[in-house]
Parts: sequence; C-alpha cells; structure tokens
Amino acid sequence: MTATGVTKEFNRRTIFRDVSISLSQGESLAITGRNGSGKSTLVKVVAGLLSATRGKVEYAVDGKPLEIENLRYHIGLVSPYLQLYDEFSGSENLELLSKIRSDVGIDSGRIQQVLETVGLWERRSDYVRTYSSGMKQRLKYAFAVLHRPSLLILDEPTSNLDHDGIAMVKKVVDEQKKQGVLIVATNDADEAGWCSANIELGKH
Amino acid sequence: MSQFSGTYALIRKDIHSELRTRYALNALLMFVVTAVATILFALRSDQPTSSVLSGLYWVVVFFTAMSGLSRTFVSEEERGTTMTLQLVASPSTVYFAKLLFNTVLTFSMTIAVTILYMTVFSNAFVIKTFSIFAGTVVLGSLGFASASTIIAAIVAKANTRGTLYPVLSFPILIVLLMTVMNATTKALDGEEFTSALPDFQILVGYFLAMTGGSYLLFEYVWKD
Amino acid sequence: MKFAKYGSITLITFVLVAGIAIPLSPSPQNWLQFPVIPGLEEKARNILYHVPVAWTTVVAFLVSTYYGFRYLKTRDIDYDIKSVSAAGLGFLFCFLATVTGALWAKFNWGSFWNWDPRETSIFVLLLIYGAYFALRSALETEEKRATLSAVYSMIAGITVPFFIFVMPRIMTGLHPGAKEVADPAAISKAQAIADSAIAVGSKTFADSALATVAQMNVGSAVPVVQLKMSPNMLVIFLLGLLGFTLLFIWLLNVRVRLARMEYERSTHHE
Ligand SMILES: Nc1ncnc2c1ncn2[C@@H]1O[C@H](COP(=O)(O)OP(=O)(O)OP(=O)(O)O)[C@@H](O)[C@H]1O
Ligand SMILES: [Mg+2]
Repeated sequence: MTATGVTKEFNRRTIFRDVSISLSQGESLAITGRNGSGKSTLVKVVAGLLSATRGKVEYAVDGKPLEIENLRYHIGLVSPYLQLYDEFSGSENLELLSKIRSDVGIDSGRIQQVLETVGLWERRSDYVRTYSSGMKQRLKYAFAVLHRPSLLILDEPTSNLDHDGIAMVKKVVDEQKKQGVLIVATNDADEAGWCSANIELGKH
Repeated sequence: MSQFSGTYALIRKDIHSELRTRYALNALLMFVVTAVATILFALRSDQPTSSVLSGLYWVVVFFTAMSGLSRTFVSEEERGTTMTLQLVASPSTVYFAKLLFNTVLTFSMTIAVTILYMTVFSNAFVIKTFSIFAGTVVLGSLGFASASTIIAAIVAKANTRGTLYPVLSFPILIVLLMTVMNATTKALDGEEFTSALPDFQILVGYFLAMTGGSYLLFEYVWKD
Repeated sequence: MKFAKYGSITLITFVLVAGIAIPLSPSPQNWLQFPVIPGLEEKARNILYHVPVAWTTVVAFLVSTYYGFRYLKTRDIDYDIKSVSAAGLGFLFCFLATVTGALWAKFNWGSFWNWDPRETSIFVLLLIYGAYFALRSALETEEKRATLSAVYSMIAGITVPFFIFVMPRIMTGLHPGAKEVADPAAISKAQAIADSAIAVGSKTFADSALATVAQMNVGSAVPVVQLKMSPNMLVIFLLGLLGFTLLFIWLLNVRVRLARMEYERSTHHE
C-alpha cells in the first residue's frame, strides 16, 4: 500500500499536507499526534472512506494493483466512528455484513472462531444494543478480522478495553504483522511501540 | 454476481431491521390513516369528483412518502453505520438495495392507501379500468421510490433533515404527481386502457431517467 | 467582459425604447409600426421583456448545473462559486419572470395565475432554486455543500425535459403552442376566463377568449393566442434575448469576482 503526497482540507483548513506512506507485507506503522491533528482523518483516507483533497492512495495485493471496488475484501478497520447494527445480535452482525460484502469462504465456523478470539462467543446471540462499550469494541475487532484482511487499521485500538481485551488486541496485532500490513493511530506511546515505524502529524 | 448477492443481502438486512425496529413502517401506516381520516372530515358527505379523489389519493401517498422514505439513509447516518456500510459495500450495491427497499415500502403504502380508499369512499372511489390503475400504481411507485431515494441520500448528509426532505423532493416529483393524478382519474372514469398510454410512457421515461441519473451521481453523495 | 457590459446596456436600452415607442397599426406600412395582435394589442409589447427574462432564467439554470457538473469532475471550488453565482441570478430572473408574467396574465387572461404549463414550469423552477439554497444553507462543510448542491441541481435538471416536452402535451394551456383539446373541462375553463374577462371589463380579451371557446367547440387546433410576430417585432425580440443574455453574462462575471473576493477574505481571516 502506498500513499503519495496526501493532503486533506476541510473548509479550506489544511488538516495535514503532503503525507507519504509506503507499506508492504509484514510492515507496520503508527500514526501519532495530538488531539485533532488528523489521525482519524488520515485513517479514513487510507481506508478509502474519505477522498483526499490532493494526492492519491494506491493498493496492491501480491504485486497486482487493486481496484478501489475490490478494496473492501482486503481491508479491516476498528475505530470509534464505525458502529455496528444495534438491532442485531453479535453473530448476526458478522453474518450479515459478511454477506453484504459477499465474502467467499466465511462460514459459521469462521464466525465462531473470531467470536471466540474476542471473547464474545457466550454472548453471541444478544442484541448489540445490550452490549457494554468494551464488548462493542471487541465485536468491532471480530468484524475487522473476519475476512482475514491484508490491511488492518486500528484507530484508538484499546479504548474501553480491559486487561484481557488489551491482551486480545496484542494477539491480533502480532498475527497481523505476520500476514499483512498494520496501521495503528493512537496517542499512547505503548501502542505506538507495537509498530516498526512511526509518523507524527501536526508538527508543521 | 457479487454485486447482486451483496444487494440482496443488504435488502434482507434492511427488511429484517425494519421488522425489528419499525422505524419507518409505523410512521408510514399511521400517516396514511391520519391523512385519510382528515380528508374524510374535510369532505364530510360531499361526493368528490374522480379528479379530486385521484388528486387526494396521491397527496396522501406523497406526504406519507415524505414522512417515511428518508429513513433508509437517515437511520444509517444517525446510528453511525454509514461508514460500516461504506466499508463493506460498493456505492452501487447500496444504491440499488436502498432503491428496491424504498420501492417495496412505497408499493405497500399505495396498497394500504388503495384499500383504505375503497372502504371509506366505497361509492366514489370505484376503479373502472383496473389495468390503468394497476399500471399507474406500479410505475408511479417506481418513480416515487427512485426520486425519493436519491433525495433521501442527499438529505441524510444535511442537518435539518425533517423539513428539507419535502422541500427538495416536491419540485422533483411534481411531474410525476401530475402524470399519476391524470392517469388515476382516467382509471376512475373508466377510460380505455390505450388512453393512458402517453401517461405510462412518461412514467417509464421518468423512472429510467431518474434511476440512471441517480446511479451515476450516487457515489458523489454517498462518499464523503 | 466590457463587451457583455456595454452590449447588454445598449441592447436593453434600445429594446426598451423601441418596444415602447413604436406605435401599433392595424396594417403596418413600414418598419416603424407594429401590427395589432387581436387579444393583446398594446399589451403585446410585454413579450419583448417578459420572454427574454424567462429565457435568461432557464439559461442561468443550465449554466449553474453545468458548473456544478464541472465541480464534480474537478473538485475545483471555483466552479462551485460560479455555479452558486449563476443560481443566485437565476433566482432573481425567475422572480422577475414570474412577476412580469403574473401581471401580464392579469390583464390578458383575467387572473394573476392560471396554472397553465408555462406558469407551472416557472413556478417549479422557482421552487427548485428555493430548494437549492435551502440545501446549501443546511450543509456546513464547504466541499459537501458544493458536491451535494451540484448533485441536486443535476437531479432537478433531469426533470426539465419533462416540463418542456411533456407538460404542454398533457395540460391545456393559454401560452402560445400549448395543447388545446376540445374536452369539456378546457372549454369550461376558457369560458370561465372569458366570463371573468367580461367581468373586469376587458371587452377585447373577452371576445378573443370567447372566440377560443368557439374554436374549441368545433375542435380546431388553433393556438389560444395567435402569435405571429411581424419581422420588425421579431428583430427587436431577438435583440432582447441577446441583450438579456449578455446582461446575465456581465452580472455573472461581477458576482463571481465578488464571491471570489469574499472567499479569499474569509480564507485569510482564519
Ligand atoms: N467532517 C469534518 N468537517 C470539518 N472538519 C473536520 C471534519 N472531520 C474532522 N475535522 C477536523 O479535522 C481535524 C482532525 O480531526 P481528526 O478526527 O482526524 O483528529 P484526530 O487526530 O483523530 O484526533 P483524536 O486524537 O481526538 O482522535 C480536527 O480539527 C477536526 O475538527
Ligand atoms: Mg481520532
């Protein structure tokens, strides 16, 4: 994945300018910076949720350039502004989102596997509405890794999580660093330390 | 292929969610009942003409649509699931799923209004040419759903959604409204099926143009 | 732009003077006489102002939509400035067209508003402009505002052909070129208009309206008011169209420059 000269403006205020990133298999990057420096904004641009004012982001899987329409099969995101459906249960959420994405090869076995990883298997058939905020965060992890994405992006990875939860996140992170690319946006030095590289926003 | 199965899955999700939360359905049904009751009070025992009745029929459909059809996008936006959906589905998947869902809603709504009308105006609201009426309701629902879907997508991004929705929709829907009112009057007056063909041409043209245009423009609305 | 400025001033002045000063004559002898159009008489002069204003409204809408389209393609905010400036002028011209039209209708057809296809179209255009600005004021982020209002004006643009081609065909109308059917509703409407014209004492118009009723009754396809312009009127009319179009171009230029300056200033303030 490469991003070249990415600039984002909102209402003519430049949030960040000329950010360039290049990451390949096995590499990881921490995005740091104070509140409002544009970490989440950069994450959205990289995830293809927001278009950059200038510059472009390109992706390649196994050396082949990836069409933006197929990006969704290869990307997983955990972030505070990404919500799951309240009126469905945990496992229903995973199932229906996977079907909407028309993933291939995601069966109930895989769903059970990720729900066990994040420790929600017992509560799988409760409505998300009834989950605590930590449980919701865990479910977001299950959703993000369900389809074994090559690019996993974590924005504020450990918010609302307990000790167990943080250990779970570490496991996911280690796993991802072996098989794909990892990006972590955070204010926490510990979390930034999980990654091999670091860029700091808002230092101009 | 994947486009198709994704669209299908998203419609199923929306219908499921609707059955659980009744976000739009209750509002729509209550609105239909309230509006028809109000018309009944207003007309008292007068015998309305067929053009008045068909006009009022579509007035009810219009305002009911305005009360409920924006939910498809607004509810995603309010619950913060827009980005989740952007992450898992292409814009065209989302567009066609929402369009079909709104078509189903509009269609159920017109059926509800028709049944109510036939009961409360059992003397005046007599469908003499059923083929015209059926064609008008089907094609009219399609056009209605098409225009309201793209406007709903726009309105969901704005901050005064409730009032903005009818304001933006009315100028777009006025051609459609005039045509369906015209055709419905013909159905009530018992005119030949062929007399409504020009109206049907307009309705088909409207639906195709609106859907094609929306499909091309949807991505700009949907993606930030 | 000098050209548009002085061109429009000259042309519109000329059209104003010529349109008012040239006398009517039942059988025009030379270029300095207008023919008498039955049912319109002196009121016919308004065509030289009303129609160009209505025309400019449509031009402004198309220009605004075109710049909206350009914005979507390029994401260059300058196109949004142009688009909204054109829409603002369109709104103004639309308002003027509605007012001049309503006044003319009052004296010609007996009431300010008759819901004939052209009147309906201009009314809808007014609504579209209103909706466009309502939408803009409900969007805070500049990029979102530019994008969504461009999309809206294009969606509204999709319905324009339906107004131009479809409505005059399914509705009965009073403007030249409207469909005329010998159906009872249209006849009774024309009759009502004739009656109201008699009531307000406009004898000539009542006559022409009654003639229309008669024509409808025999099912002939003659337009409501026959509008065949004499060559000299046509020339002035075309110059009017050109003059108002140039006026639009000039005003648009002024507005765009002004909007750019305001834009620059608000950028520096931050
Ligand atoms: N939709 C938007 N419209 C206008 N401004 C925005 C929008 N989204 C973000 N911003 C602005 O962009 C800047 C960066 O926001 P962002 O959420 O990326 O910060 P962050 O680095 O993630 O902060 P935090 O550490 O609090 O998560 C902020 O100043 C914010 O006000
Ligand atoms: Mg953030």
